[in-house]
Amino acid sequence: MTETRSLFAASATTKRRNAAEKRFRLYGKMAIAVGLLMLVTLAYTIVSKGAGAFQQTFVTLNIELLESKLDKKGNRNLDEMKKVTTFGYAPLIKNAFETLVAEKGVATKIKAKDMAEIISKSAPSKMRDRVLANPVLIGQTVEFRFLANSWIDGYLKGRVTRENTQNNKNVTVQQLDFVDEMVVLGVVKKTFNLGFIIGADASDQRPEDAGIGVSMIGSLAMMLVVLVLSLPIGVAASIYLEEFAPKNWFTDLIEVNIANLAAVPSIVFGILGLAIFINTIELPQSAPLVGGLVLTLMTLPTIIISTRAALKAVPPSIRSAALGLGASKMQSVFHHVLPLAAPGILTGTIIGLAQALGETAPLLSIGMIGYIATNMPQTVADAFLAPNSVMPAQIYEWAKRSDPAFYERAWGGIIILLVFLITMNTLAVILRRRFERRWL
Amino acid sequence: MSNPTLVISILALGVIGFFAGRRKALGASKKLHSLPRYYGSYVAIYTVVPAMLLIAMWPTLLPMAVNAPVFGQITPNMIPDGGSADLIMSEIHRLAVGLDYGRSTGLIDVDALGAETNLSVLANILNAAGVMLSGDLNPEILSLALDLMSRNQASHMGMVIVAIIIAFLGFAFSYRRVAPEFWARNAVERVYLGVLILASAVAILTTLGIVMSMAFETTNFFKLHNWIDFFFGTEWAPNFRGDSALSILPLLWGTLYISLVALLVAVPIGLYAAIYLSEYASRPVRSIAKPMLEVLAGIPTIVYGLFALVVFGPFLKDWFGDGGYLGVNWMADARSVATAGIVMGIMLIPFVSSLSDDIINAVPQSLRDGSYGLGATQSETVKQVVLPAALPGIVGAILLAASRAIGETMIVVLGAGAIARFTGNPLEALTTITTRIVSQLTGDGDFNSPETLVAFALGLTLFVITLGLNIIALIIVRKYREQYE
Repeated sequence: MTETRSLFAASATTKRRNAAEKRFRLYGKMAIAVGLLMLVTLAYTIVSKGAGAFQQTFVTLNIELLESKLDKKGNRNLDEMKKVTTFGYAPLIKNAFETLVAEKGVATKIKAKDMAEIISKSAPSKMRDRVLANPVLIGQTVEFRFLANSWIDGYLKGRVTRENTQNNKNVTVQQLDFVDEMVVLGVVKKTFNLGFIIGADASDQRPEDAGIGVSMIGSLAMMLVVLVLSLPIGVAASIYLEEFAPKNWFTDLIEVNIANLAAVPSIVFGILGLAIFINTIELPQSAPLVGGLVLTLMTLPTIIISTRAALKAVPPSIRSAALGLGASKMQSVFHHVLPLAAPGILTGTIIGLAQALGETAPLLSIGMIGYIATNMPQTVADAFLAPNSVMPAQIYEWAKRSDPAFYERAWGGIIILLVFLITMNTLAVILRRRFERRWL
Repeated sequence: MSNPTLVISILALGVIGFFAGRRKALGASKKLHSLPRYYGSYVAIYTVVPAMLLIAMWPTLLPMAVNAPVFGQITPNMIPDGGSADLIMSEIHRLAVGLDYGRSTGLIDVDALGAETNLSVLANILNAAGVMLSGDLNPEILSLALDLMSRNQASHMGMVIVAIIIAFLGFAFSYRRVAPEFWARNAVERVYLGVLILASAVAILTTLGIVMSMAFETTNFFKLHNWIDFFFGTEWAPNFRGDSALSILPLLWGTLYISLVALLVAVPIGLYAAIYLSEYASRPVRSIAKPMLEVLAGIPTIVYGLFALVVFGPFLKDWFGDGGYLGVNWMADARSVATAGIVMGIMLIPFVSSLSDDIINAVPQSLRDGSYGLGATQSETVKQVVLPAALPGIVGAILLAASRAIGETMIVVLGAGAIARFTGNPLEALTTITTRIVSQLTGDGDFNSPETLVAFALGLTLFVITLGLNIIALIIVRKYREQYE
């Protein structure tokens, strides 16, 4: 005899199956949540860790430029003044602190030498540059705005605290007390740091002085090379493959090659660049031109794939109409199909360029590691041929130095890099929305 | 005549050719076959292209014509102990370049140089100008350098003359052919088509370049290092003083282990995300969540690398390291297999999810309807009908993600550490093929030492592995697509 049960009560099997259904859905939701959570974590990390790089601690000092130290003979002869090295300038900073402490009646026990240490090591040379550029300043008391040493900067940003400086050789608690007094007096101040955006990399002793500007120019030059080479070559290749190529072994070979190149590890392109462009053709090492050539080869498959999709989207009726009116095949493509496919091609190109802009690995093997260029390139040719770094390689260099002050700069660099990437991708989306035509 | 002037004059001749050709065509009394501008273009192309090709090809022909005779003059007694004729030749090259520079800046009166020149004075001038010479100048090298310079000059003169002659010949030939019954458009379009074919051949040339360049340096490497030891040895310990242990197995282990961890993270998350998005999600959820997930793939890998190094590695160490929350001491360094693997897994989520999403969407709706009709729940349909049907495609997607993981560089460079060994502990540091390529190529070693050349052998192995994976994946995906078309 079979057990009777109500149709409205779920059986054990149904319950189990419904529970399994719910679990399955939950797993799916969790998977998406994990992905989105990671995105949010990354975004939060980047902003919270990188925002500090855009602010920097500055020390404003009135320094008496003693003639007795800087120009002993007093005849303002530039060649003689140049003999005074940065060591000759350093004592003036100490004097300035001593005067300041005496004037304001700051009660501190630390020596003037320790006070001067809160300033970046780059300060004397900046002073010297300014004096040599304008010798009239000698003998006057001039206001200078120096970068604070990275430890002091870290103190104002909360990275360095009294607790974690106990065993620190670079900064003492007494110096931090002194800095507190100086903050009250307005001598030490944290403000916006333009130097990070337009400056050059600095040695690993001076994180406060490092900027990403020069490598930004490197990236720009490289992107220009990539654009100028990969767009025409990519479009020409796509036109051939999509519109003219007969179906034979040669075109099959090309197709297979393009599909594979799109998936070859980027470091392999770097090895290719080293072997061919630098060792065989003997182009200059570390030059944005070489980086651009390597990234062109990497970007080509992306551009070819998107260009072919754009060409394919133009309906055959356009071609037939052109041919019917007496145009040659070439004319129908160049006069009619290509202009209609242009928005799609442009979108693909921008996305390809954005990929290339964030690429690091292949550039390391052709020598585009950090701290190569200490100045902005002076001529257009230099921008392409002189050794330089690019933004991702610069970020890698900072990450390698394992110093919290440089990590902050690396995250700051990432913010700038992402601003470029987001701008480019937004532009691509806008172009697509604005110009894309839907054919019926 | 310098190169830019030469190029500009030939281009100018091309412009003249364009107008001359068009004018001749327009002046004809009969009806033209093509538009007048095609006749102009025809003349311009024939004037410019052959001459430009010659100018581009000349430097590759130069070594044979110029260097070989100079090289032949190097006598055995000029070669110091431990040196080679090649080194002397490059010294001669450097000197010639330096003298050229000296002449162009007016520092050195090159024509007055000869046997009685004071060599130490010359060397000082060159040094001051930044020309680095490895040894002392000697009169034989100087005379050979001067010989090289004069040959270079002669060769350049030759190039200018030949290029101009070719340009004029092209002009004359094509101009003579311009006539109303000449099919100029077809002739010009044939050239265009040639350019298009050349552009698409760049892909082949790139692959060839990759294979040839790496194969060439790899054979050089195997001349210096036993290949059996490279492929089957068990120790990796490069030493820039020479005599290093260079075997790929420990690196391959690190690469595969980290990729495995990455796939263990990416495949379940990516697959479940793809299933949810394609089978369950409402249209608005899908239109927001899918692009958001894909943003993860657009973030540069250096960002993930820094995240692994600065945030995720220390986070793991806070749990598993000495004095951590779990009270265990399993992790010595923030850099480890898990650090790099998990972060790489996050990066791979969108690769797996987008590809699988496409593939799941390609499964015909009729299969699902049939399953529902038999009383299956939605999850049972997915597990027992949709996934088996999509399995080949999903395997292809996973293989593509694996090839991506094996070739990934920046995350492992920053997050995985640098110790080559066989360990199964995911909390220990390991190193990978890509990491070692970067460190061997950015090191200070001599380029021709096995320690640097090994990077090419590693690169070639990596290329072959990823190529194999890609080809298998592409074949599987393609087969699968055809199944439902």
